[in-house]
Amino acid sequence: MTGPRLLALQMRSDLTRFSRNPQSRYFTLLLPIVFLVIFAAIFKGNTLVNGRAVKLTTFYVPGIMALGIISATYVNLTVSVVARRESGELKRVRGTPLPAGFVIASRAAVGIIVAVVMCAVLMLIGRLAYGVPIPRGSMPGLVLAVVVGAASFCCLGFAISSFITETDAAAPLANLTVLPLYFISGVFIPESQIPRLLHDIANLFPIRHLAQALLISFTTAHGSGIRAGDLLIVAAWGAAGLLIASRTFQWSPRAG
Amino acid sequence: MSDVVIRVRGLRKSYADREVVRGIDFEVRAGEILAFLGPNGAGKTTTVEILEGYRTRNGGEVRVLGEDPAGADGHWRGRIGLVLQSCAMPPELTVHELVGLYAGYYPHPRPVGETIDLVGLSDQRDARTSGLSGGQQRRLDVALALIGDPELVFLDEPTTGFDPSARHHAWEVIANLRALGKTIFLTTHYMDEAQALADRVAVIADGRIVAEGTPDTLGGRDHAASDVAFTLPPGHRLGELPAELVARAALRGEVVHLTTGEPARVLHVLTGWALDRGLDLHDLTVGRPTLEDVYLRLTEPPGPSP
Repeated sequence: MTGPRLLALQMRSDLTRFSRNPQSRYFTLLLPIVFLVIFAAIFKGNTLVNGRAVKLTTFYVPGIMALGIISATYVNLTVSVVARRESGELKRVRGTPLPAGFVIASRAAVGIIVAVVMCAVLMLIGRLAYGVPIPRGSMPGLVLAVVVGAASFCCLGFAISSFITETDAAAPLANLTVLPLYFISGVFIPESQIPRLLHDIANLFPIRHLAQALLISFTTAHGSGIRAGDLLIVAAWGAAGLLIASRTFQWSPRAG
Repeated sequence: MSDVVIRVRGLRKSYADREVVRGIDFEVRAGEILAFLGPNGAGKTTTVEILEGYRTRNGGEVRVLGEDPAGADGHWRGRIGLVLQSCAMPPELTVHELVGLYAGYYPHPRPVGETIDLVGLSDQRDARTSGLSGGQQRRLDVALALIGDPELVFLDEPTTGFDPSARHHAWEVIANLRALGKTIFLTTHYMDEAQALADRVAVIADGRIVAEGTPDTLGGRDHAASDVAFTLPPGHRLGELPAELVARAALRGEVVHLTTGEPARVLHVLTGWALDRGLDLHDLTVGRPTLEDVYLRLTEPPGPSP
């Protein structure tokens, strides 16, 4: 079987597994939608973004898109990679002629595909339920932010999976690293309400920069909506994750 | 063209400063089933994982299908099949989906349906793997090892945790593999498994091969003294036996074992003694030491010297 066909076969299988996995269905697919609906129902009115008044729903659609991207890539990928490694599945696959890179690429591609689909669904709900316009003009910047964000958080997922030795610890640890950041990175709460110190802390991590890059696409009236500075920081985190993963990734079970 | 499939010469492996494989040699020939036996911690798993290409070695020469597993590529992996010691199956896929996926990994796979039939999972074809019993999961594992139509199959404790009927079914599957001309490297804890399946047996203990041979000749089993065993009739003591028998007797529980190079003579004396007293010896047996007896003797940790 040729390379592209083999990769397609592996991706189809990984997508099937994603769609049948309860953790993926409820946490990755359903939870971001629930968050959007709840936040939109509780918080009404406007907030300030770069000195301009913006409807809170227009703030929450890109914010929850950032959460959806990170859930689909970083969290879901970490949980599945640790589970597959600890069950012996990765070791077994490593014993077949399937090139190792295909296992990695397929799993990352599935994360990116799911992230893109999640973003489309969240934007559609935002448009239909809350009248948040889909930013046609700045679509190139939005798509770039989604793809760079998804790819970078896949790399970070591969990196952290090397440091988690137990299957049961994967979901709690992955969530522990992102949940506090959602609160201070302008995902759950508008940045205008975040104290300076917490804002400065959030600024060190990639979640704020991804959320900013997405938000700007929804709030700029003109231009491509590309936030190069934010995307470069996100990509740098991704590159660091890839470097760590390439040096620490394990195919055999760590526990026992 | 040599028909040696696995050749190991002076293999050594250390972890930190502990040497777990201390220079071992053996060969496996094409079409043969070699049972590789040894207690936990003897270096067995380390050796198998070096042969499978999962671990590197510190010394010695290893050739598996003519290549060094340490530097083996996808082409080499396509010629071997693996059943690892423990491997959970992807719970989200069905038997047919999983075997079909693995078929795609190999250049010349066996037919998917036929391979599922071979391991006896035809009725579970469309079942999710999470719904299979332990024995069925293990058989699925064997199907994945065979789907690439390998020349050499590693089976690492393939029947551990099976009930007796599942084990006998698995043995049939393995015997079928032999009929297909596969070379099989089998590790097991069960001596009856080695006896039933293996052409040759190699025993590793404390990092060294301590014996090698056919199951019937291992450790000089075929030349060993016979063992005459029976339960001491109630109300009788070992000391009441004729002195000639007492001298060669060992009592294990209620069972007397007489070790002898002349089983006919010993039986004659013993049965004469029993008939004179109107006794019968209901569980009287005569046999050579079992493979298990030989194995236990070979792998016994060295006791304190007298």
